[in-house]
Amino acid sequence: MSTLIKDNKLTEDPFTRIGVDDAIPAQGAVLVPLATWQDHREKLLRRGEPVGVWLKSDEHPEIIAGDVNHLQLIALEFPTFRDGRGYSYARLVRERYGFEGELRAVGDVLLEQLHYMGRVGFNAFEVDSEDALAELEIAARDFSVWYQPSADGRASSAQLRTELKRHG
Amino acid sequence: MAQVLIANRLSDGLVVFLAADGAWVESIAAGVLIDDDRAAGELLDQGLADADNNLVIDPILINVTVRDGTRTPDAIREAIRAAGPTVSVET
Amino acid sequence: MYRYDEFDQQLVNERAEQFRRQVRRRMNGELTEDQFKPLRLMNGLYLQLHAYMLRVNVPYGCLSARQLRQLAHIARKYDKGYGHFTTRQNIQYNWIRLEDAADILTDLAAVGMNAMQSSGNCVRNVTADHYAGRARDELQDPRVWCELLRQYSILNPEFSYLPRKFKIAVTGAPKDRAAVALHDIGLRMYLNEGGEPGFEVIVGGGQGRTPVIGKTIREWIEPEHVISYVEAILRIYNLYGRRDNIYKARIKILVNALGIDKYRELVEAEWLQIRDGVLKIAPEELARIDAYFQPPAYEQLADQDTEPSQLHDADPAFAAWLQSNVAEHKVVGYAIVNVSLKSPGKIPGDLSAQKMDALADLADQYSFGELRVSHRQNLVLVDVKQSDLHALWQALGALDLATPNIGLASDIIACPGLDFCALANTRSIPVAQDIALHFANSTKLQHVGDLTINISGCMNACGHHHVGNIGILGVDKRGQEFFQLTLGGSSDEHASLGDRVGPGLPQSEVPGAIERIVDTYLEIRDGKDECFLNTYRRCGMEVFRTAVYGPAGPARRVTATRQVA
Ligand code: SF4
Repeated sequence: MSTLIKDNKLTEDPFTRIGVDDAIPAQGAVLVPLATWQDHREKLLRRGEPVGVWLKSDEHPEIIAGDVNHLQLIALEFPTFRDGRGYSYARLVRERYGFEGELRAVGDVLLEQLHYMGRVGFNAFEVDSEDALAELEIAARDFSVWYQPSADGRASSAQLRTELKRHG
Repeated sequence: MAQVLIANRLSDGLVVFLAADGAWVESIAAGVLIDDDRAAGELLDQGLADADNNLVIDPILINVTVRDGTRTPDAIREAIRAAGPTVSVET
Repeated sequence: MYRYDEFDQQLVNERAEQFRRQVRRRMNGELTEDQFKPLRLMNGLYLQLHAYMLRVNVPYGCLSARQLRQLAHIARKYDKGYGHFTTRQNIQYNWIRLEDAADILTDLAAVGMNAMQSSGNCVRNVTADHYAGRARDELQDPRVWCELLRQYSILNPEFSYLPRKFKIAVTGAPKDRAAVALHDIGLRMYLNEGGEPGFEVIVGGGQGRTPVIGKTIREWIEPEHVISYVEAILRIYNLYGRRDNIYKARIKILVNALGIDKYRELVEAEWLQIRDGVLKIAPEELARIDAYFQPPAYEQLADQDTEPSQLHDADPAFAAWLQSNVAEHKVVGYAIVNVSLKSPGKIPGDLSAQKMDALADLADQYSFGELRVSHRQNLVLVDVKQSDLHALWQALGALDLATPNIGLASDIIACPGLDFCALANTRSIPVAQDIALHFANSTKLQHVGDLTINISGCMNACGHHHVGNIGILGVDKRGQEFFQLTLGGSSDEHASLGDRVGPGLPQSEVPGAIERIVDTYLEIRDGKDECFLNTYRRCGMEVFRTAVYGPAGPARRVTATRQVA
């Protein structure tokens, strides 16, 4: 059973996932594949309901870079936990395309990866777990220092050192 | 064809063989030796169950030759696994 | 040397605790082996033939005496009392229990070491010239950049699930001792016309089953931009590297598929977006790290007269050692001393805990407590007073660590091979031992001079056989071990890949074949100054092939063998 965690809370998913061949329902938030977004962009926008786009790991989010302000959700799929393209995509979506909505990791998402995923800009995760929240808490505590600046905006150790020197 | 079931133990990685009483033992001589397909299938199932139970990793059946009561795996790789490195290490 | 501050320390402590939790989850079945494997690999823990193997990073090969003592302690407490130094300047322990692994990480953290990302599809330990900061021919000390790259790559959230492993090497000397052209990224420091230091960036080199000499992606980059440029290379690779076939997933395959020009175009476009962002190296951070690499308190000395020829009559053994094992130091009156871990008959790169301790003491006594690991699997004492050389030579000799063979034919690189490695086709250690023992009692090696012999037990090429002047690759033929020879490989600034001589030989015939190759070289070389590699480059394969297989070539030999059988 997969569970959605968003902003560190267990969340009921408000989005209905629509397949490529499914009709778009009259009402309600929808999460659509890229093809559906491309084919029915205007129609989806006219509905006045939240829209999310689901990208497979070989679909570069650059394709929707100009649309991010119209979207409430971007879901990046990890077909296997070994496929790390989503980490780069996430940073681009946040840092380069300026997306501020929900960035969700879906697919083969392991607890052990949530830490990295949070750092590159994901704020929602679909995980297979009975006790996802407790696990997330553990994972979130894994590290309190980082060498690299990343999309989460937290200070790197180099930045902290500089701070320390200025104040110390 | 004589066979034994070999694996690495999860906790320490050491090479182990499945023995008749279901225990995993470090000496090839103490493992079960089987020579028919049905017994092989059962032995492998038992090993795979122990892999699922997080006792061992990658249980496989290997062919061995018994000469003068000594069991030697046919493949060089498995022979080295069973007997240890062929070079003496610095101590 | 770099020393961890509170941030570095906290990070390694937290990493050890994280792994402790992951091991617990594995032991009680919350993680399957499939899920756990990438986690343990990113902590350097492999499952080999006989046990777990732990690979510990020695950052760019730099090691303090205190750290070496801790490595000895770990060898004694958790292993069988020894360790194995590798071609990536790291140390491996062969007999580790999963249950102990987190404790070992804690012990390593106590001396500012770790095993993070020593395996897995991530950026591995950055390697460097093992004489970095000390070599007389060096233009720039590359270690501060190595440390910046180390910090940048450790637990990098974006690049921890790359298509495949990723290796970076750095050198600051014209003589390339770091094999930079054979890495995913090679950085070569040099000075521009204005005397400013910068990097040539080489990309897509590598060994393994598809050996490739890297190509220059950028002739020149200012040091402050080196991290952002590396990030651009990594991001393009992460996005476009193949993930459908692990044998085609390295960056070299991507660079070859796109062509270097297209790859460069993508990287440059990406880099333009980030070059002036947060990764631009701040002067204060650079200064902070650079302070750790300030030279020790050298005395004002003069160079000693250590011309080997003059010492030769008085003490030929010492002279031979000076000739092969001692290198020129950038500071007058000092020398760089190579500690040979290649005593004939021993396992190349292995060192017992007891000798680690003894060597740590010698480092304290003679070398400001600092050592290096070389990619040829030897150790180095980097700051020895020339006036101490004789005493040090005697002390090393008493430990069997003064074999005068650095760079010579018995200084053989050998991967662990089928004695330990789960991926191996053949053994490699016994082959190295045979060859070294074959030459042990002859002075021929000294006459032959520079000659690298590298042995790998399978196509993965951990023993760098492609770039050995003589390379030896173990292949399995119907369950039997055979060894293919290659000639003409080199990993230096004129890197080249070896050419195959012919069909594989059984182990028993390898030392004889090497001897015939060496004899042929001695016969045809153009004077003493033409090294084996240059003779090969001048004369080509045929004469050596004949030396190995006889005038009729390998075909007849095979028939003959069949008749005998
Ligand atoms: S070259 Fe092959 S046998 Fe040797 S260590 Fe690497 S994987 Fe193992």
